[in-house]
Amino acid sequence: MSDLPKLEISRRGVLAGTAVTAVLTGNPALGAHPTPTQGEAAPPMPVRFTVNGQDQRLSLDPRTTLLDALREHLHLTGTKKGCDHGQCGACTVLANGRRINACLSLAVMHEGDEITTIEGLGTPEKLHPIQAAFVKYDGYQCGYCTPGQICSAVAVLDEIARGVPSHVQADLMAAPRPTNLELRERMSGNICRCGAYSNIAEALAEVVGPAAAGAKA
Amino acid sequence: MRAFTYERAKDPIAAARAVAERPGAKFIAGGTNLLDLMKIEVETPTHLVDVQDLGFDRIEPTPEGGLRIGALVTNTDLAADARIRRDYAVLSRAILAGASGQLRTKAPTAGNLLQRTRCPYFYDTNMPCNKRQPGSGCAAIGGYSRPLGVIGVSKACIATFPGDMAVALRVLDAVVETVDAAGHRRAIPIAGFHRLWGDTPQQDTVLCPGELVTAVTLPRPLGGSHFYEKVRDRASFAFALVSVAAVIQPDGTGRAAFGGVAPRPWRVEAADLLLPQGAATVTARAFQGATPTRDNAFKLPLATRALAAVMAQAASRTKA
Repeated sequence: MSDLPKLEISRRGVLAGTAVTAVLTGNPALGAHPTPTQGEAAPPMPVRFTVNGQDQRLSLDPRTTLLDALREHLHLTGTKKGCDHGQCGACTVLANGRRINACLSLAVMHEGDEITTIEGLGTPEKLHPIQAAFVKYDGYQCGYCTPGQICSAVAVLDEIARGVPSHVQADLMAAPRPTNLELRERMSGNICRCGAYSNIAEALAEVVGPAAAGAKA
Repeated sequence: MRAFTYERAKDPIAAARAVAERPGAKFIAGGTNLLDLMKIEVETPTHLVDVQDLGFDRIEPTPEGGLRIGALVTNTDLAADARIRRDYAVLSRAILAGASGQLRTKAPTAGNLLQRTRCPYFYDTNMPCNKRQPGSGCAAIGGYSRPLGVIGVSKACIATFPGDMAVALRVLDAVVETVDAAGHRRAIPIAGFHRLWGDTPQQDTVLCPGELVTAVTLPRPLGGSHFYEKVRDRASFAFALVSVAAVIQPDGTGRAAFGGVAPRPWRVEAADLLLPQGAATVTARAFQGATPTRDNAFKLPLATRALAAVMAQAASRTKA
């Protein structure tokens, strides 16, 4: 038997190590890092909002995005930094119930807002129905885009319920239906490099119910 | 990102003054385009004036029978408004053809109008770009020009205005309302809001420093059938290679504006009059004097075909 000490390796620890390696090797494209800063910082500003129902008071450099506030200051690392430019949707969270790209929003602009992240949607013991459906239908491979996909999907179903129209809707005046075509169009702001789209669509079809998903657009 | 200070404005004129009096100051509302550009230091404001509390978030009827859209009405809310869907469907269609659900939640009406070009050389700070750094040259001319402009461009810049919403506003003859630091208000027809680049491509619009967009007004509804046909490299969440916003009447007359082709939504009223003669006649007039590159010459036949597709749909609706 080996007498080597047992190593406690967490996924996040490995990722953090990778980020350090990326910095040391001078490749800024690798690993998640806070938004780069340079020059003299402006004085920190106070901001207060709730995250997953908990009151949070922070003092932040005005440059801090909502995404970096969540991940680096509140250590809610479920929300992911993908492209950091609003193109991939990995950072999707709900602000006052509406989905936004947390990477393209300054934290100080969210004074008084109610933020919901993936950590606020369900727990390991009691998954949100969309989380459970993603598990059942393998709506992911690497999982990096998944928190954003799920937050986005929660908002998509709410938008359909509120009658928000979409690009693929034939009749703008009709109430939208959660068909496969509609769900794909409405989820297009969430990129999955593994290509789990068809399973994501199946997971969402189960959540909305087979009758609704099978209906014509 | 360069450091900046931040304030949250409570009053429109005070906000305009805060930006006008401070070189390097900018307004911020949704922030989806500005922060994107600040991260790569294409935009380097030293002070941000947050205008989200100014109350321009309603859509109200005008005495003339149109609608006044507050500058802060989000793209999602504007596209979903029942009056817009019913009477100005081209506008709903154009908005829904752009960006993603997340971006439309944040992006307001004024910000959509003020978004900057997506020319790849504007974004690449290693390359010359007269729009980003006046006098440095234009790497797009002779470079990768496939997504860029075919008409209204200049020897200094061949970038396009990238948005969809403004193309519909051009067909609707919308008017942009502003206020400045002295409290002066002006109403700018959308046709003259975005500039042709000429020798000063760094200036996208006719707005003066500190001039704040407060609303966009729509004239009375036009009736007819409304279309927004967008051709892009993927089915969703991509900028237009070419787009057509059109309102076609049952008798075949109407209006058409093109997106993805010029520094501003491209509409030639003299070409509108040719609609009953077919798409090719319209685009021959609308794109008279075009200066495409070898890589984007495809946009001219594509514009004709996109318009033809719209006119075919209009004709089939009239029959039905």
